[in-house]
Amino acid sequence: MADLLQRIAERADPAAFRELYEAYGPRVKAYMMRKGADAGTAEDLAQETLLTVWRKAALYAGDKGSMTTWVFAIARNLRIDRLRREVPWQELPEGRLAEASSEPLPDEAMTEKEQKERVQAALAELPPEQKEVVSLAYLEGFSHSEIAERLGLPLGTVKSRMRIAYQKIRQALESLE
Amino acid sequence: MTITQHLDDSTLMSFAAGSLPGALAVVAAAHIAVCRRCRDEVAMMELVGGAILGDLPGAAMRGPLPAVPKIERRPSSAPPPAAAGEVPAPLASLVGDNLDALRWRWVSPGSWLRHVRIAGTGQMHLFKCASNVILPEHGHEGSELTLVLRGTLSDSTGLYRPGDICDLDESIEHAPVAGSDGCICVVAQDHRVRFRSLFVRLARPWHGM
Repeated sequence: MADLLQRIAERADPAAFRELYEAYGPRVKAYMMRKGADAGTAEDLAQETLLTVWRKAALYAGDKGSMTTWVFAIARNLRIDRLRREVPWQELPEGRLAEASSEPLPDEAMTEKEQKERVQAALAELPPEQKEVVSLAYLEGFSHSEIAERLGLPLGTVKSRMRIAYQKIRQALESLE
Repeated sequence: MTITQHLDDSTLMSFAAGSLPGALAVVAAAHIAVCRRCRDEVAMMELVGGAILGDLPGAAMRGPLPAVPKIERRPSSAPPPAAAGEVPAPLASLVGDNLDALRWRWVSPGSWLRHVRIAGTGQMHLFKCASNVILPEHGHEGSELTLVLRGTLSDSTGLYRPGDICDLDESIEHAPVAGSDGCICVVAQDHRVRFRSLFVRLARPWHGM
């Protein structure tokens, strides 16, 4: 996927955009529908997400992160702005780029593919009750309180399940250092 | 700025997932903007978002492939600065970057309040306390984030300096005390308590311990 990004960044290759669109458009559309968007709105937001990838590819191409993660972050920000009617996503400074002197992230030490496999494996190994809270947060966009209400659990239980899931994923990413 | 008090892992995960309610998200972003550690954690938790998105069964696109616009060659907007003085950028967009220019509402001897209007869920207030003033003891129905902007604040959970964040939920009751130089902090909650009346009801002039 990284070469797709390079083809967009360096040559503004429309064929690369088509591949990107075919690979990610349906997933981003499904992601938007999870938060209650109708099919038409979800498709518009998916298009907007991928056009943002197209426009910003040149800025991103030097980074080592995963394409899927980047698409997720753009889609998430758009979903917050358009579907949740919350305060717009607050742009953050680029940690890794802005402070070159600090320690590399554990994920920088491994390839994008390795990273992805580790995270997927860690997610797959989570017990169902932990997987459930992670999925409700990421896919449905539910807050801690909303998850607690939905599952009929105390807020503290939701938070501790999430913390444990987080620890496991972090360990999976750090284990080969 | 040396930051020693961070966001809870569950708050970081929710932030990265894009599911932290509005008021909490702004105060979390204000901390993350000045905290390298939490920024790296968010980057890691975004990988989870990528993995989950990657596994999501797609919904077929109906429309035609959109025409792609010409790509701008000039590098567009640089990342924003981490902080404009004492006020981290995500918060400065709501309250300005000069704490001395704010108007305050007096609530009790040595303590002032300013409501920050935000869209979406939850509520946000700025507090200003004179030296050694105790904020009223309060429990929480949900989550509460307190970010110190100037001076120091301490409670049973620790000492908080500028940039430090206190991330509490309903299990904790606390009565933060401002340090000897006083304190300005921003507090966000995810639930709509009648905070103003609650505050006024609980606020007692415990000034100058």
